[in-house]
Amino acid sequence: MTEEMIIAGFGGQGVLSMGKILAYSGIMEDKEVTWFPSYGPEMRGGTANVTVIVSDTRISSPVLQEYDTAIILNQQSMDKFEKAVKPGGVLLYDPNGIVHPPTRTDINIFRVEATKASVEMGNPKVFNMIVFGSYLKVRPILSPDNVEKGLAKSLPERYHKLIPLNLEAMQKGREIVEEVHVV
Amino acid sequence: MGEIKLMKGNEVLAEAAIRCGCDGYFGYPITPQSEVMETLMVREPWKETGMVVLQAESEVASINMVYGAAATGKKVMTSSSSPGISLMAEGISYLAGAELPCLLVNVQRGGPGLGTIQPSQADYFQAVKGGGHGDYKLIVLAPSSVQEMNDFVDLGFELAFKYRNPAMILADGAIGQMMEKVELADYKPRWTKEEVAEKNGDWATTGKPASRKKNVITSLEMASNDMEVRNINLQAKYRKMEEEDVRYEAIQCDDAEFILVAFGTAARVCQKAVEVAREKGLKVGLLRPVTLFPFPKKIIKELARKTAGFLSVEMSAGQMVEDIKLAVYDAGSNARVDHFGRMGGIIPTPTEVVEALEDKFSWELSYGVKRSY
Repeated sequence: MTEEMIIAGFGGQGVLSMGKILAYSGIMEDKEVTWFPSYGPEMRGGTANVTVIVSDTRISSPVLQEYDTAIILNQQSMDKFEKAVKPGGVLLYDPNGIVHPPTRTDINIFRVEATKASVEMGNPKVFNMIVFGSYLKVRPILSPDNVEKGLAKSLPERYHKLIPLNLEAMQKGREIVEEVHVV
Repeated sequence: MGEIKLMKGNEVLAEAAIRCGCDGYFGYPITPQSEVMETLMVREPWKETGMVVLQAESEVASINMVYGAAATGKKVMTSSSSPGISLMAEGISYLAGAELPCLLVNVQRGGPGLGTIQPSQADYFQAVKGGGHGDYKLIVLAPSSVQEMNDFVDLGFELAFKYRNPAMILADGAIGQMMEKVELADYKPRWTKEEVAEKNGDWATTGKPASRKKNVITSLEMASNDMEVRNINLQAKYRKMEEEDVRYEAIQCDDAEFILVAFGTAARVCQKAVEVAREKGLKVGLLRPVTLFPFPKKIIKELARKTAGFLSVEMSAGQMVEDIKLAVYDAGSNARVDHFGRMGGIIPTPTEVVEALEDKFSWELSYGVKRSY
């Protein structure tokens, strides 16, 4: 199994930390992982993205031009990465702020209203965990136990009291993700 | 098995320094390696192992602090990124001239000048051929994973002390910023005063007892004859490195008709390019130099006798390609050597590499592979 993915959105949406939790969960399941962030001018200008690879075998290139899965959280990223999903791959997006929804017909498209749900939950900070829950529903590549362990590993101990809230947000994401188009 | 963590290359460098018993780090922040000192400052190793961590007022100050501390026979290091290493060049030449062991780290970014903060490999010449003035060499290690960022700290110190010579880890922004699974080393205590004396013999300035002559650490020798002897000894040391400490990794080279040669991040991209090329039916292998000096000439000479061509893939305009050409020339082989690179902070993609290979070796691919002799 190899999952090559990109998570792309604005700085502050929790893009990098979502990738980190996924990578740690992969380690808990004894996989090889890489997490490669954008760290340059684009990050300083507002958009942020991270390439995460989880694999059973040694990972070669940490830099990719095509992805099995793209999680897209703003219009700029949609413009850039919709075309980079491999045919038959997965595109998951939050419609908030998306003016031009994805149009490809050769990929699987899912939508999650995570911004809205996080406001309803009274905590916009759990936005990324709602998206992460939706992702794991659509691409169940890791066991829920290991994801919980990965979450604990990637949070400093002083935040461990927030784990139940994060798990609740992930459950919410599982429930509200919608299928837009399936190949 | 050691502790498993998910860490950035830069963070792991700091952690490995603490764990291998490093005595002192002197540095000045610069993107994309600022996490090295940040991590050290958060870890506060001075409370744990007594290791000194100091932010100097400039790169020039930090390399001269390294010079002073290395003269005492202790394990000391600095890290920076390309423009910062240029500022240190004079000090590095002095360290090499005075035969002082230390660890230098360059997390390269694109140049020339202030350039960009994105990853690059355009400091190959600076690291391998000099950078500073005079006939000197650094031991240059090129990590291509976060695990190797960890492993090469200890290895770098080991080689630096074996040869009384500065060792450099030549990484790039991608390896520094990327997080991967890493197995951390167990803690080694810092050397005691007795161990410093025992490991270094009698050259270090460890405090002069009445029983011996004073130790002088200098690169200055006013008499030309003496200076030539010094140079001859340095060259003998560099030849010994070439005999004993060449490191490389050969991936699928046994049946390869074409060999990609790449180090660091470019080698990771090329590993994928080999997979892509093999799927297309092209017999391609990868030679990954791990030590850039001493350069793995011997294996290139051996491969040159059975391969049609080498493609040097670098994140630069083509620097290592010159060393490959020299090795192939030495082998008396007619294997062709070409280069493919991206510059200015751009990492080539695996597909680009395969396309470059098909383009540059189109003759051999169309008319059958011309075996070299």
